[in-house]
Amino acid sequence: MITSAKPKKSYDFPSAKGYFGKFGGKFVPEILIPAIEELEIAYNEAKNDENFKKERLFHLREYVGRPTPLTFANRLTSHYGTGKIYLKREDLCHTGAHKINNTIGQVMLAQRMGKKRIIAETGAGQHGVATATVCAKFDLECIVYMGEEDMRRQKLNVDRMRLLGAEVRSVTSGSRTLKDATNEAIRDWVTNVHDTFYIIGSAVGPHPYPMMVRDFHDVIGLETEQQILEKEGRLPDYVLACVGGGSNAIGIFYRFVEHEDIKLIGIEAAGEGALTNRTAATFAQGKPGVLHGSLSYLLQTGQGQVALAHSISAGLDYPGVGPEHAHLFDTGRVKYVPVTDTEAMDAVRRTSELEGIIPAIETAHAMAWLETLMPELSKDDIVVINCSGRGDKDMGTISEYFYPQDNGGTK
Amino acid sequence: MKEVMTKNRLKEAFEKVNPGEKIMNLFITAGFPAIDDTADLILNYEKNGANIIELGMPFSDPLADGPTIQYSSEVAISNGLTMDNIFDIVKKVRASSDIPVVLMGYLNPLLNYGLDEFFQKAENSGVDGLILPDVPVEESDIINDLALKHHVPLIYLVAPNSSDERMRLVDEKSNGFVYCVSVTGITGARKGEEVQDSVNRFIERVNKNIKNNPVLVGFGISSHADAMNISAKTDGFVVGSALINNIRSVHPQKNWKEEHFKFVRSLKYGS
Repeated sequence: MITSAKPKKSYDFPSAKGYFGKFGGKFVPEILIPAIEELEIAYNEAKNDENFKKERLFHLREYVGRPTPLTFANRLTSHYGTGKIYLKREDLCHTGAHKINNTIGQVMLAQRMGKKRIIAETGAGQHGVATATVCAKFDLECIVYMGEEDMRRQKLNVDRMRLLGAEVRSVTSGSRTLKDATNEAIRDWVTNVHDTFYIIGSAVGPHPYPMMVRDFHDVIGLETEQQILEKEGRLPDYVLACVGGGSNAIGIFYRFVEHEDIKLIGIEAAGEGALTNRTAATFAQGKPGVLHGSLSYLLQTGQGQVALAHSISAGLDYPGVGPEHAHLFDTGRVKYVPVTDTEAMDAVRRTSELEGIIPAIETAHAMAWLETLMPELSKDDIVVINCSGRGDKDMGTISEYFYPQDNGGTK
Repeated sequence: MKEVMTKNRLKEAFEKVNPGEKIMNLFITAGFPAIDDTADLILNYEKNGANIIELGMPFSDPLADGPTIQYSSEVAISNGLTMDNIFDIVKKVRASSDIPVVLMGYLNPLLNYGLDEFFQKAENSGVDGLILPDVPVEESDIINDLALKHHVPLIYLVAPNSSDERMRLVDEKSNGFVYCVSVTGITGARKGEEVQDSVNRFIERVNKNIKNNPVLVGFGISSHADAMNISAKTDGFVVGSALINNIRSVHPQKNWKEEHFKFVRSLKYGS
């Protein structure tokens, strides 16, 4: 039985050059090199600055609302009749998802570096909202790039960002989703690098972003460890999280990575099926490639063009994945499994009905894997799911999916 | 600068320019506007004053490029252009011309093709250099050995925000020329006049630090006057977005190529 999660330091990534094993690096245009070097120096200083740490924890407590609870999911547990399911309630963070753990950290860094203009990309809009929120709080100009298609799917979040004072720029290039919003944000950064800080929303991009984003979300794993020890007196057997770029997943996995007995499972969005061409399941179908500044796994065509991803969830609709996940996949430390649109939507309904929690469609992908996992478990097995976000923002998609002909009836 | 063993067309291009002549390096996306046009465009660029060709290998997500090259890349990809088509274009040019052809693109299509095979075919088809804007010198390990083995010179970029130290590093790693990005920004983003000020200060530093390679300046040039101003104190200039925009303005008129080549000639010699 495992009772302590003291890091053994056998897992020490990234390297000085920003590599997680074979993956990562800084594949960016020359113009951005000084900017990411400046960022790396500033981050390393901040990381070791007690005042920075204190201030960050203060904001996480007073503004974000941490620690978030680790809720025992009694009805989901009874539903499966095996194991014990706990939900790490990142959906209860201010703005409704884990994303703000990272934006608080990055906006503090931007302020420390004297940058006045903040840019961000967003897919589902959760990172955009989290960025617009901290920019309002820290009084910084905020521009969010969002694919035209995503703006339609996530209209509510677009209006939230506007209300928070951000400018939302519609991206009409390529697939008009997260990948293209990221391209435009990088182009903006290339053009305005002297005064602009790019707050990347997932554990992707050139070094030091994947490391920095992971570190800012590590609080999820840290709290989970303490809370499960309090409740169960031991560490979990399984930790589950959905993976698009992979920020919520790395946030909860990182703390447990050295405990080989804890099974870590990342759930990818399979869209209409992991082996169809309407998928976002990067590990099921992708191969190593370079996009948005790092070497990782990538969905691509036979000619090495980036393939269009598909998922009903805008937040997982991304053809790449963070480089640390690529490393964890290659080494076999984390198992990555695909869940389809249909399975995820079933899990939205099940989690809502059984737990009174409407999960984000992204999060519901992790919930859906319980269908496969739970029947295999014994009664004492402990499962923790990172409940990364709430589903309010998805109500448009959910309504279209479950109640297409509804004209205001009762159920 | 490391010497290459095969015929060094790039070096010769710089050696054989007339006194006072500026090297004109033209960027064209392979497969734009159609796959069959590219080799013909290149051969005619040479006749109309081009000294070097940068042949763009289109990528779906060209994050260092502006809307113009995004557009030409999209067209080329939807035309079905493959890496093998690109090598065929170079071979076709090589059959009747010694104009240096430098491939320019992003790393992923090369990784997908297989780096070994890419460099081997590049050498065999007569490619004279390679520019990958998303592979800065710190990531060059991934291609260095293969590039040396197959005699494909690697060309790196410097930007106005590159430190003196960094410029010297780029100079040391580059082989053929150093490509100066003249204004902080993506390709095609700025107009000529706006470019001028930042360029002058930048070029002074470039000339102080880049000692081993000739220097070409690009990004933002759309006329002969731009070209002459910007390249006054360097070996020459690169035109990309303006060339593609010109094709877009005349294609597919019946005599579009004639009109386009007039523009090319004017870039070099004025009108």
